[in-house]
Amino acid sequence: MRVGIDAGPHFVPHVRGISDGMTEMTITANTAEKSTDQRSSALKRQRLNDVIFRHLTRASAITVLLLLGGVMVSLLVGSWPAISKFGFGFLATETWNPVTEQFGSLAPVYGTLVTAGIAMLIGVPVSLGIAVFLTEICPPILRRPIGIAVELLAGIPSIIYGIWGLFVFAPVLQRTLQPWLIATFHHIPGLNNLFAGPPFGIGVLTASLILAIMVLPFITSIARDVFETVPPMLKEAAYGLGCTRWEVVRNIVIPYTRTGVIGGVMLGLGRALGETMAVTFVIGNAHRISSSILAPGTTISATIANEFSEAEGATYTSSLIALGLILFFITFVVLAAARLMLMRLEKKAG
Amino acid sequence: MTILKRLLIGAASLGLATTIGLSAASAGDISGAGATFPFPVYSKWADAYKTQTGTGLNYQSIGSGGGIKQIKANTVTFGASDKPLKSAELDAAGLVQWPMIMGGVVPSINLKGINPGDLVIDGPTLAKMYLGEITAWNDPAIQRLNPMIKLPDTAIAPVYRSDGSGTNFLFTTYLSGVSDEFKDKVGADASVQWPAGIGAKGNEGVANMVKQTDGAIGYIEYAYVKQNNLTYLKLVNKAGKAVEPKASSFQAAASNADWKNAVGYYVILTNQPGTESWPITGASFILMHQQPSDADAAKTALTFFDWAYKSGGDMASALDYIPMPPEVVAMVEQTWADKIKDASGNPILKK
Amino acid sequence: MDRYKRRRLSNQLAVAASVGTTLFGLCWLFLILGTLLYNGLAGLSLKVFTEMTPPPGSDGGLLNALAGTLIMTIIGVAIGAPIGVMAGTYMAEYGRHDKLTKIVRFINDILLSAPSIIIGLFVYEVMVVWMGHFSAWAGSVALAIIVIPVVLRTTEDMLLLIPNALREAASALGAPRSMMIWQIAYRAARSGMLTGILLAVARISGETAPLLFTSLNNQFWSWNMNAPMANMPVTIFQYALSPYPEWQQLAWTGALIITFSVLILNVGARLIVARSQKNA
Repeated sequence: MRVGIDAGPHFVPHVRGISDGMTEMTITANTAEKSTDQRSSALKRQRLNDVIFRHLTRASAITVLLLLGGVMVSLLVGSWPAISKFGFGFLATETWNPVTEQFGSLAPVYGTLVTAGIAMLIGVPVSLGIAVFLTEICPPILRRPIGIAVELLAGIPSIIYGIWGLFVFAPVLQRTLQPWLIATFHHIPGLNNLFAGPPFGIGVLTASLILAIMVLPFITSIARDVFETVPPMLKEAAYGLGCTRWEVVRNIVIPYTRTGVIGGVMLGLGRALGETMAVTFVIGNAHRISSSILAPGTTISATIANEFSEAEGATYTSSLIALGLILFFITFVVLAAARLMLMRLEKKAG
Repeated sequence: MTILKRLLIGAASLGLATTIGLSAASAGDISGAGATFPFPVYSKWADAYKTQTGTGLNYQSIGSGGGIKQIKANTVTFGASDKPLKSAELDAAGLVQWPMIMGGVVPSINLKGINPGDLVIDGPTLAKMYLGEITAWNDPAIQRLNPMIKLPDTAIAPVYRSDGSGTNFLFTTYLSGVSDEFKDKVGADASVQWPAGIGAKGNEGVANMVKQTDGAIGYIEYAYVKQNNLTYLKLVNKAGKAVEPKASSFQAAASNADWKNAVGYYVILTNQPGTESWPITGASFILMHQQPSDADAAKTALTFFDWAYKSGGDMASALDYIPMPPEVVAMVEQTWADKIKDASGNPILKK
Repeated sequence: MDRYKRRRLSNQLAVAASVGTTLFGLCWLFLILGTLLYNGLAGLSLKVFTEMTPPPGSDGGLLNALAGTLIMTIIGVAIGAPIGVMAGTYMAEYGRHDKLTKIVRFINDILLSAPSIIIGLFVYEVMVVWMGHFSAWAGSVALAIIVIPVVLRTTEDMLLLIPNALREAASALGAPRSMMIWQIAYRAARSGMLTGILLAVARISGETAPLLFTSLNNQFWSWNMNAPMANMPVTIFQYALSPYPEWQQLAWTGALIITFSVLILNVGARLIVARSQKNA
């Protein structure tokens, strides 16, 4: 029989006494010395502790349940005044006017979806490229350090991305990428609206680029994990037939891990949708929908972060909470879908 | 695991016990929140006051809207706002309001080759820039006011306040006063819907954004402009003269204020008559409850404000703010005695 | 071009693209860390660790912000880690296959990736409004809510890795369930659980959004948990957006301190797991 040795110390075959309050009696192999009374009272105490511990753990699990329930309820209650005042029109209005107390979620929702979408467009191919590199191409010695380096990107706090974005990235973009984009697409009908406008440095595109960098480590690490679940035999069979590395990746690895990769992508999408601090610094805080991605805009979390502590009046505050509810709903749907896909892959891998 | 976990738990409990123990004994620091407009002078005062008396003033500059909200929710001892509340709103919330300091809001730009005070602008042109109708710096409307300067064709990036702000209120009140189109399309309030430009948080954020972005224009409280050597503009006032922003032009605007007849000290100082008046001057107000729930904290706060009125004038002038004239100070202190009372009806700050 | 050459070319292109994307990803890491070092090192001095946050225009340090972050992090972990460990224990030991576990696992994943600003809003509504003022308690609770899912996930994963043979042997000797969990399962999974706690600490040290409307900020030293408390992320936020050079320098230095602390914690957690696996 093979004993699992992948975790923990060697198992010593006797149970030592516990002195942390669970029970005061030492149980040794030699219990004949203790009287029956003492033994039965010790057993009773143990059983009580056992029951308490079991209920404690169960209560903690239920607490997690209640937490999410609490968040949803407080969001619903908080946003009720806005929902009852604006109804579904709230989702379709671009106006965000604290003077006349007319609020609509269209601009922040648009900004959230567009920045996350562009971030995915850029981030997913790059992440998959890195994952392919780490699993197929990289020499084994370098695999660990490069893998750790990529994951360190996830460890950098988001406010750091924000200030780096505002002070380093945005000015560079204002001088280089943005003028080039404007000049290049100036004469192409249709696309010139997409890349129009004075180069501010900050804006929707800048926020999307930073989001792409932030999402990289998440998608890469999941893609790496699922790429490694591909049975070597499948790959070796393909190599044996004379396939190149790229053909193996394209025809064996990716189709096999498709569900898992999509799950990882959706997890990254969830992160991009909810990111607050990095976006707040560079998005430009304009409650407007522009056709140009070089223009300033806003996202749900940036709006809440900027305006919540000063929002005055029931309508204004509850409109902000309603935005939070919408964001929560969007991320909930995306994360639930990701979870389902990852679960399905786990089932397939057996 | 047990030992390490015990160590962690031990450390945490020790920390917990210490903080609980010490928090019971901690002294009364005053807490306030609100306008970013007076923040440079309030924090200078707080620093000096702490050195002198040991009492700290924790002032969070979250914007006038935030100050009003927090004092109404009673989460701070006092709120600060550049947008004065009307007497109906004051009574409804049980608040007292008084002016603490005055200063000027100054348009500042970031344009290559232009130095502070070079460029002149007037109200209607400024309004058009913020409405998005004038989009380049070499627009004829601007060129006409500055015939001697060759303006580049850089795009104009108007920067506005993205948070609820009294500075916003002052600026939009001024623009609504000089441009009917602005009044109709945008209006005047602490938070408005801007048709064009970039939003930044706080006077600090706007100053920062202007510094960073080529072609930007923003409206900022003068202390920030001075401290950061920003390129300010000269503004054409009601009398038709282009004035520079400085203490004397703010003072000229403030000299016309009729504080005696203003209910709740509600006075708006924008677009005042007078050849030397700066068009966008304003006072910054303090809000406190008429019957504060924490009488001790209220007393500490009022003692601080009294000290600031008596000893803070020089510090304020050094930053180009205008301290309140002595007649107004006397009126305000009378208001404190009349209006701010504790639960048994006695005035909190006795003279 | 014949088929073979075409295949070779596309392979070379793909490999080149893959290497390129890796370099692209890594270069951002070095750019950001490099910027932090370049801007932050200039302000790094003993003063940063010994003086309070200054008013604009004066020199100072970050002592109260560092202390506040330390206090709120410790209390946040003290509140959140036990709940996470207990819940993870239930899911792995007592209720491994029951419905509650499946639901909680799903909900935990949602909470793990939920936008932290929503959590800040929640704690504001429940604690700040109810208590009547901002407080470090509210900030700590918000951080605790972020800790729970991380710790729960790692605890459950680590406990599930332990082979049942160990558990069965203990039970066969007559050890009650709780004693078996404390003595056997926890000790076996100890390094993994510690990693989870370290990762949670790393995560909450840098979180700004949940603190924005709960603990606010404080320019002075304060032990008072019932009042706003200074903390690093909000201070950095405030100072970075200000136009004062001294404040901006402090913001960069603070960013440097936080980032490298978090990175060291992350790498440290990894090393602990690696070492325990080597010993096993």
